[in-house]
Amino acid sequence: MERIWRNPVAAVLIALGFLILLGSTVAIVPETRQGVIVRFGQPVRILNSYNPKERFGQTGAGLAVRFPFAEQVVWIDKRIQSVEMERQQVLSTDQLRLQVDAFARYRITNPLRMYVSAGSEARVEEALRPILGSALRNELGKRPFAALLSPERGLVMHNIRNGLNRVARQYGAEVIDVRIKRADLPDGTPLQSAFQRMRTARQQEALTIRAQGEKQAQIIRAEADAAAAQVYAASFGKDPQFYDFYRAMQAYRRTFNPQNGGETSVILSPDNDFLREFRGR
Amino acid sequence: MIQNRLARIRRRFSRLSFPGFAMAGPWGGRPEGGEGDDGQPGQDNTQGRAGGTGSGGPQNPWTRPPRSGQGGGNEGGGARPSLIEDLLRRGRDSFGGGGGNGGGPGGGFARGGDPRALWPIALGIILVLWIALTSFHRVGPQQRGVVLMLGSYSRSMTPGIGLTLPAPFETVETIDVEEIRSVDIGSVSGGGQNLVLTGDQNIIDLAYSVRWNIRDPELYLFELADPDATVQEVAETAMRAVLATVSLNDALGAGRTGIEQQVALKMQEILDGYRSGIRIQGIAIKQADPPNEVNDAFKEVSAAKQDATTYVNQAAAYAQQLNARAQGEAAAFDKVYVQYKLSPEVTRRRMYYETMEAILADTDKTIIEANNVMPYLPLPEIRRKPKDAGNSTAVEGNR
Repeated sequence: MERIWRNPVAAVLIALGFLILLGSTVAIVPETRQGVIVRFGQPVRILNSYNPKERFGQTGAGLAVRFPFAEQVVWIDKRIQSVEMERQQVLSTDQLRLQVDAFARYRITNPLRMYVSAGSEARVEEALRPILGSALRNELGKRPFAALLSPERGLVMHNIRNGLNRVARQYGAEVIDVRIKRADLPDGTPLQSAFQRMRTARQQEALTIRAQGEKQAQIIRAEADAAAAQVYAASFGKDPQFYDFYRAMQAYRRTFNPQNGGETSVILSPDNDFLREFRGR
Repeated sequence: MIQNRLARIRRRFSRLSFPGFAMAGPWGGRPEGGEGDDGQPGQDNTQGRAGGTGSGGPQNPWTRPPRSGQGGGNEGGGARPSLIEDLLRRGRDSFGGGGGNGGGPGGGFARGGDPRALWPIALGIILVLWIALTSFHRVGPQQRGVVLMLGSYSRSMTPGIGLTLPAPFETVETIDVEEIRSVDIGSVSGGGQNLVLTGDQNIIDLAYSVRWNIRDPELYLFELADPDATVQEVAETAMRAVLATVSLNDALGAGRTGIEQQVALKMQEILDGYRSGIRIQGIAIKQADPPNEVNDAFKEVSAAKQDATTYVNQAAAYAQQLNARAQGEAAAFDKVYVQYKLSPEVTRRRMYYETMEAILADTDKTIIEANNVMPYLPLPEIRRKPKDAGNSTAVEGNR
């Protein structure tokens, strides 16, 4: 003991050795991970396995002990992870093409199976991605385009999720949900023709609005004409003969007024009523 | 190089100080200082020097003389009291001198010092520092602390100063729960368009932002691999799902508030499904426009609306005019008629003469009296008249 104290280098070496031993014996399991303890390549135990009923603090997280050097811990994420599908074209039953982006969220619930069948998390993702794509294509290919834009969308997603889940279970993963992020018309002709359709729809709307306006204007005019006629009739109808005379006088004044433009030449016969007195009879 | 220079500065510094007196300089004062990383160098130093071989443990570059690390201890000049010596001396002073045969400053202490007395003190200081620095945690008013006991969730800390076990046993992650984070999707100013399909298979260019904060720090930390990206993805999917149920016109105008609320609800539902510990504060649609390609057609519609209103206005004006005139004329007729009724014959003749008078006063008149005169009307003449209006009254009048 005395010796060791006298020789700090040795002390440090011993301490180091002890630390290494400790480090390879004890593992700290965080809440976000689960571990598979592998003894010479053979999985023997699982640490902090996912259990939906557990609350944090009562999970298997914390200290874990293993045989030093013989056993290794393979860490696997316990959190929900996402796998994204590359943008791809999907053909619906009504022969419309769609560009679809989707993602799936999954969690590794059976780390042992995952370790045995896939080896690493990245491999799980690699395995799930193409399956997500084909499940999506199959499911959307069974439906018309309009179904994607309706509450039926939920059902579609549910079916895809179930299909994907069947495969994911082989890898010890559980698919929580599949969602379509975007469903767009592909660039080029389909998009342009959609724009063209929108444009014509708008043009139609514009024309309709104009025509409606014209119609309304015409009705207003007609109603005004009718109302005016009614007013005239009510007033003039009291004595049509006098109206005839009265209105004729007004008309003469207006028509023969030189201020209204145009010269007027009047050729009168002495028999004219106006010239009755002119003869001096 | 830098180390050498440092050492030189250091030496100069230490020469100034009094031996035995706690160094007030920034170097000497360190071990008691509140900074966590200071414990380590001090320790290294102790080991290296006290060993006296100058080769064992890591050497502290500060106390190394400029030329070589190897001969450091032996070569040490008299006037070079260093951190270690100071520490040593203090240790000896406070513990009653101990084996206090240590020579002068920097003398032969390399082998002759009493490392046994020094070790516990250095370790003690490190221990105290370590405990002090890793067991007190300040949690700001907008923060929550999540305490992990050897990786396992133990408890949450509310704002204030919290106590935990020291570092490797308990660690704390503080998370800002009040801060409203926001994710922008789509852009208002140019850039790419964020085209979204609406329920009536039209396309709309949409820009919106999502505001969210953290509700449960521990769920936020432990449940999702990438919560921030998740929020964005969920926002996109929720927005598209909701827009797929509304018509273009609703999305462009009236329905916006409804859409925002629906998206927020849907997002919250999905995120709760993940147990993400995230709360959606709100969605704000910043822009919902028809895509650039069809914008003109949309403008055409609003122009048409204006036109239609114009037509109606014009018609209404006409109606007003007509109505007023009819009423005016009818009223005038009525007035005259009342008078006419009183003496019809006279009024009638009066009006006739007055009218004729007014008309004939300004017009060319030709009166043909004799029955046997063949009236000759030079029609071209008449037709020409309007053209040279002024002097042409004569021809017929004079005859």
